[in-house]
Amino acid sequence: MLQIILGAISLGLLWAIMTIGVYITYRILDIADLTVEGSIAMGAAIVAFSIFNGMNPFIATGLAFLGGMAAGLVTGILHTKLKIPALLAGILTMIALYSVNLRIMGKANLSLLRIDTVFTSLENLGLSPNNAVMLFGFLSVAGIVGLLYWFFGTEMGCAIRATGNNPQMARAQGINTNNMITLGLVISNGLVALSGSLIAQSQSFADVQMGIGSIVIGLASVIIGEVIFGTRNFLNCLISLVLGAITYRIIIAMVLKMGMPANDLKLFTAITVAIALSLPVFKTYLRPIKKSITGEDL
Amino acid sequence: MLVINGIHKRFNAGTVNEKIALSNLSLTLEEGDFVTLIGGNGAGKSTLLNCVAGVYPIDQGSIIIDDIDVTKLPEHKRSAVIGRVFQDPMMGTAANMGIEENLALAYRRGQFRSLNWGISNKEREVYKQFLSQLDLGLENRLNAKVGLLSGGQRQALTLLMATLKKPKLLLLDEHTAALDPKTAEKVLQLSDKFIKESNLTTLMVTHNMRNAIEHGNRLIMMHEGRVILDINGEEKQHLTVENLLKRFGQASGEEFADDRALLA
Ligand SMILES: Nc1ncnc2c1ncn2[C@@H]1O[C@H](COP(=O)(O)OP(=O)(O)OP(=O)(O)O)[C@@H](O)[C@H]1O
Ligand SMILES: [Mg+2]
Repeated sequence: MLQIILGAISLGLLWAIMTIGVYITYRILDIADLTVEGSIAMGAAIVAFSIFNGMNPFIATGLAFLGGMAAGLVTGILHTKLKIPALLAGILTMIALYSVNLRIMGKANLSLLRIDTVFTSLENLGLSPNNAVMLFGFLSVAGIVGLLYWFFGTEMGCAIRATGNNPQMARAQGINTNNMITLGLVISNGLVALSGSLIAQSQSFADVQMGIGSIVIGLASVIIGEVIFGTRNFLNCLISLVLGAITYRIIIAMVLKMGMPANDLKLFTAITVAIALSLPVFKTYLRPIKKSITGEDL
Repeated sequence: MLVINGIHKRFNAGTVNEKIALSNLSLTLEEGDFVTLIGGNGAGKSTLLNCVAGVYPIDQGSIIIDDIDVTKLPEHKRSAVIGRVFQDPMMGTAANMGIEENLALAYRRGQFRSLNWGISNKEREVYKQFLSQLDLGLENRLNAKVGLLSGGQRQALTLLMATLKKPKLLLLDEHTAALDPKTAEKVLQLSDKFIKESNLTTLMVTHNMRNAIEHGNRLIMMHEGRVILDINGEEKQHLTVENLLKRFGQASGEEFADDRALLA
């Protein structure tokens, strides 16, 4: 049991990086970006192909990050320059990436068994494979959270936040909203691909299909994190995301352990997210009732 | 200061919904002019302000601000020299960001957004000072999310943001229309104060004829995408609402079609 939870935590830490990427588009930019489904697999594909062909795993991971950024850039250009609605722009890039990822790997999946990954160096220090993933995941997540906390406090980061919050106001304050949206998409997809590359290395396996449903997993983690761990301030939000991603993995590990067939996982996740996203609607139904009881306008 | 040369703006060109919103409109504002702009519903007042601000491209003509032709400049670039307050109090501020964060965004209007920290402690003192001029107690709530403020507070804050970094041109589009009369009066007083203090060249749309007469040094009336009245100086000081309505009738050949203005 403990083993399962520890496994869920280390996997959750790797998915947390993806969750932070989803948060940047979904919450900060107010865009549902489906590019992530392609860029997570792209991260895996790039890292798998590069390591398989003898590249240093750290450089390969960095390359995966850059690849994700390029994917975000494509969506950004489709959306801001060619004026394609954000959702559709993301879908286009996602579909295109499916072919691109197949080209990168040359086939639908690639095994990394017995090949050195970024985790191997920690394992060489005497850590168990799972502990190596956990330590590396923790350090990466801490670094990314710190970096983003700094970045979104800078002038440029504030401009991105204003763009997502109220683009009209942002333009009236001289902010180039198109550039800010593109920059946000670039950072987000870079992180998602980084996450994909680490996930692939931890499971010694990359698959072009691995992105399917990942946006929903990201959203589920965002919402679980926000509901359970709060959104008091930006740092709190970021930490909530990480804890949300871990919680999601623990929940999944639990329901699988309780005997839910693995094939039903995506249905389970989709229902969870649908309920969480529809909570505001239920609240508006409840509001008049509450008002008639308390006599207060909420 | 502002020179508008024969601009033309058509919406939905070539469709059944085609609408000429501005038709060969020319207008020149001198440095320090405070112009009030009135006109019936659909006269093209908002469209004019939006064209000057770069929200919509124009079909013909040119717009020159302080000797610089801005006709082809995108909205965010023009914002470097233009301050704006909109009719909708939600539109001028970022609701999820704090009061000081909103002010800091406005303080950097027209500047490159660097990787320096978004707000300095020195600025905070400046903001506190400005906020206390609003007399709304906001100076003690620098970190409060703007979404928590009332419409009037948000509009006062937007006004401060529009003038914090002195703009060459201030555009106010019915910025008190959504407020209750008392708050509207207060925001209007503040506008007057900021405009006078910094001698801002201003174009203020209002549907309230009395406000249009009492404020500013020049009054312009629009009808069907054109300027039909332009009154300033001595003549403006002696204007009355009846007088203005009569002159509107003479100039346009129609009755003034704006219920709100007549009731006000
Ligand atoms: N984005 C748009 N698309 C199509 N038509 C528009 C658009 N904006 C304005 N119009 C049309 O242009 C004309 C002028 O509108 P505008 O909003 O400038 O009027 P206004 O003088 O500000 O009126 P009001 O006092 O009602 O605010 C109207 O007929 C309007 O329907
Ligand atoms: Mg209008």
